[in-house]
Amino acid sequence: MKTYNKLIFELSKPGRTAYRLPENDVDQVALEELIPEEYLNKDELDLPELSEVDIIRHYTNLSNKNFGVDTGFYPLGSCTMKYNPKINENMAALDGFANIHPLQPEETVQGALRLMYEIDRALCEISGMDKMTLQPAAGAHGELTGLTLIKAYHENRGDTKRTKIIVPDSAHGTNPASAVMAGFDTVEIKSTEEGLVDLESLKAVLNDEIAGLMLTNPNTLGLFDRNIKEIADLVHEAGGLVYYDGANANAILGKARPGDMGFDVVHFNIHKTFSTPHGGGGPGSGPVGVKECLLEFLPVPTVEKDGDRYYLNYDIPKSVGKMKDFHGHFNILVRAYTYILTMGRDGLKKASEMAVLNSNYLAHRLKDHYNLQENAIFKHEFVLAGLKGDFLDVSTLDVAKRLLDYGYHPPTVYFPLIVNEALMPEPTETESKETLDEFAEALIKIAEEAKENPEILKEAPHDTPVRRVDETRAARNPILKYEG
Amino acid sequence: MYPYIPNTKEDEQRMLEVIGVNSIDDLFSDIPEDVKLKRDLNLNPSMSELEAAKYMKKLAESNTPIDDLTCFLGAGAYDHYIPSIVGHITSRSEFYTSYTPYQAEISQGTLQYIFEYQTLICNLTGMDVSNASLYDGGTAIAEAAFMASNITRRNKVVISKTVNPEYRKVLKTYAHLQQIEVVEIDDKEGVTDLDQLKNHVDNKTAAVIVQSPNFFGIIEDLETIGEIAHSQKRTMFVTSVDPISLGILKTPGSLGADIVVGEGQSMGMPLAFGGPYLGFMATKKAHMRKLPGRIVGETVDVDGNRAFVLTLQAREQHIRREKATSNICSNQGVNTLAATVYLVTLGKEGLREVATQATQKAHYAFEQITKSGKYKPLFDKPFFKEFVVTSSVDADEINKKLLEEKILGGYSLGREYPQYKNGILYAVTEKRTKEEIDTLSSVLEGII
Repeated sequence: MKTYNKLIFELSKPGRTAYRLPENDVDQVALEELIPEEYLNKDELDLPELSEVDIIRHYTNLSNKNFGVDTGFYPLGSCTMKYNPKINENMAALDGFANIHPLQPEETVQGALRLMYEIDRALCEISGMDKMTLQPAAGAHGELTGLTLIKAYHENRGDTKRTKIIVPDSAHGTNPASAVMAGFDTVEIKSTEEGLVDLESLKAVLNDEIAGLMLTNPNTLGLFDRNIKEIADLVHEAGGLVYYDGANANAILGKARPGDMGFDVVHFNIHKTFSTPHGGGGPGSGPVGVKECLLEFLPVPTVEKDGDRYYLNYDIPKSVGKMKDFHGHFNILVRAYTYILTMGRDGLKKASEMAVLNSNYLAHRLKDHYNLQENAIFKHEFVLAGLKGDFLDVSTLDVAKRLLDYGYHPPTVYFPLIVNEALMPEPTETESKETLDEFAEALIKIAEEAKENPEILKEAPHDTPVRRVDETRAARNPILKYEG
Repeated sequence: MYPYIPNTKEDEQRMLEVIGVNSIDDLFSDIPEDVKLKRDLNLNPSMSELEAAKYMKKLAESNTPIDDLTCFLGAGAYDHYIPSIVGHITSRSEFYTSYTPYQAEISQGTLQYIFEYQTLICNLTGMDVSNASLYDGGTAIAEAAFMASNITRRNKVVISKTVNPEYRKVLKTYAHLQQIEVVEIDDKEGVTDLDQLKNHVDNKTAAVIVQSPNFFGIIEDLETIGEIAHSQKRTMFVTSVDPISLGILKTPGSLGADIVVGEGQSMGMPLAFGGPYLGFMATKKAHMRKLPGRIVGETVDVDGNRAFVLTLQAREQHIRREKATSNICSNQGVNTLAATVYLVTLGKEGLREVATQATQKAHYAFEQITKSGKYKPLFDKPFFKEFVVTSSVDADEINKKLLEEKILGGYSLGREYPQYKNGILYAVTEKRTKEEIDTLSSVLEGII
């Protein structure tokens, strides 16, 4: 079949329509009599005219040019592309969840408030924290919220010197970006050879200007930092707080809790750990949990319970305010709570066990062909430092692009920054041994191709809807909308 | 045992053998004993689909959805018509189970609909460049303030109190982080007090931020406000707009806006107790490299075929880390698709008709409610789909009585605007019928 290559605007034809409204049954007073003419737009709207069939076919064709978890294996490291259970979608579509207004009287939304209260409790139990705010819209927004709380904590103590946040060089890019957005300066610390926080480097930067440390554990190399308690203690002794980036929480559900490791504030990426769809980029959800020391600064409102009644609590005098309109991404939380119920305490633990098993298994299948840290136990993901041997000509990008021809979404590439030619697979627990075997075989075959026929990698992909795209051209001469 | 975990016991054994360990526990031996959780999580045991659905349905059924009521509540989230086609397209799992389109070759579906979305937002607002969306209307205003501060190197923003109070609260939280001063301008008879505005806009002002139609539903004089903003060199004029209103109102771009933002929920997203929605943001070409968030551009592949790709990434956190324009990583994905499908489904005629019907019905409701004299208009200004009336009776009291008649009443202004204590803000969309409006006004009349 010929590849579909039309924009919706190119299908437009005057006179077509895809909508129909009921006849207006109130007096149809001319707009000019209701609104002064100088405010009214006299021009035709620059929107297309299409039939419903045109639109359905167009977007169905576009969807066929997309690869999702439902299409195939999507081992994108640090993104936890696990399967999105379908019951979650059904629950989110329930009339009682999808069609309630955020400002309805509390007595008409008791079920919604109860759900929020219960997922707050569940996430606290999973993380070992005392209270959550459900407002943050995504992981990065959770980071911003957590740092806002850290800032409020120090300000409340009159400790205004603390303007710096420590971020390890292995951190997600959002960490330093969030710190700067929250008005902090960042201090980067090096990792050890092994990939953990270098305690000496940490000690060297700790002083009374440090507001806190942001850490992912297991980190972006897939390694659990065994010194975590000492790290937290050192930061606490210096007067700082410790932030947990929950992007990698899928490795430790029911196994260990950030709250027990010494973290003061935590975010979860609901769309990673709790199976809600990544949606081509969003909407995510990034609830933030805090220990008691930060409770009094939480964004308003929190959800509380009084006897049998659930209510929104705006009475938090030292609150940082609002991080987001209304109550966060409620309908994402509906999906996540469904997941927590279906998995339960046993299933969540099993999920982490299988995520870690799959990760270590895949690492062992690949270690003879790709550079892998030796004698390490990985958590949910691991990082390969490119192809084994001397392939000056073939890059990790080429390997990734060749994987597309084999029908896989490639792992994360060139991240973390501290590993050369990084290729970072995260298989998740929702993949079978067969899938991992086939994927490993594809990567091993690609390693052979790199030796025998490097051109096939460098010109890859060959069998995708479009082939390698010219990113430089896009950035140099930006075409950011359809001009006709 | 677990429907989403395919490994069998036998698989587990064989995999452990390949790894060279004896048990799953060995794979967690790197976690020090003193941080290991030595008990089960205090959560329910796993449930079957039927059990979980039953539990969730019970929670859902203890809410009263708007279809069981008649909704006259708006204040930033609206009961507009959502064509069936929207949900069908956003339910395609090739879209919703994918992630940020890092691998352009297998993400053309996502990339292209974002490109179409950017085009639609630009055309609707009269601007040159749109990003791929932000979280919501409030954070979009906060991001616009940061962007203006970044462009002008100034740290003061001036915002009208006629901007949605939710948005202003979010702005204040954000602004505090970067020591940006937020000056709020009072309203005068329901619109921004222009004299007060003039007095506060100076050469330290990064942005003047207004909303039109404003929180009271009233159309602001954007042209004049833009002139006041631009009376200072480089000060940015930021407007927040209800996209539906652009079916009939002049574009912010044609009225001098430098950055246009807004809440996109009206474009095909269910109310869902406040989210997820969508924040849109568009600007002039000169500022495109200062935009936060993802942007998609058109290019070609090696065979010369048209293709789309994430572009201008030198602004973003995964490349620039601490030097990024924002920390935002995601966009609103599926909701961006919903807005795209909504706009192309309504199209040239439909958006105008939705906006026209909402205007006519809102004005009809206004006439009906105020004609007895028991409810008085609070302002005498041109409005779009929302308006404020006041009476001698407490707003919460009125809403309670309306609810008894299965009507979801308007927003009680007193919470955020103590000077308008008994004021109620009603929203009337194209979905309301004459009968529903007549019922509202007759119930209201019976209350006093």
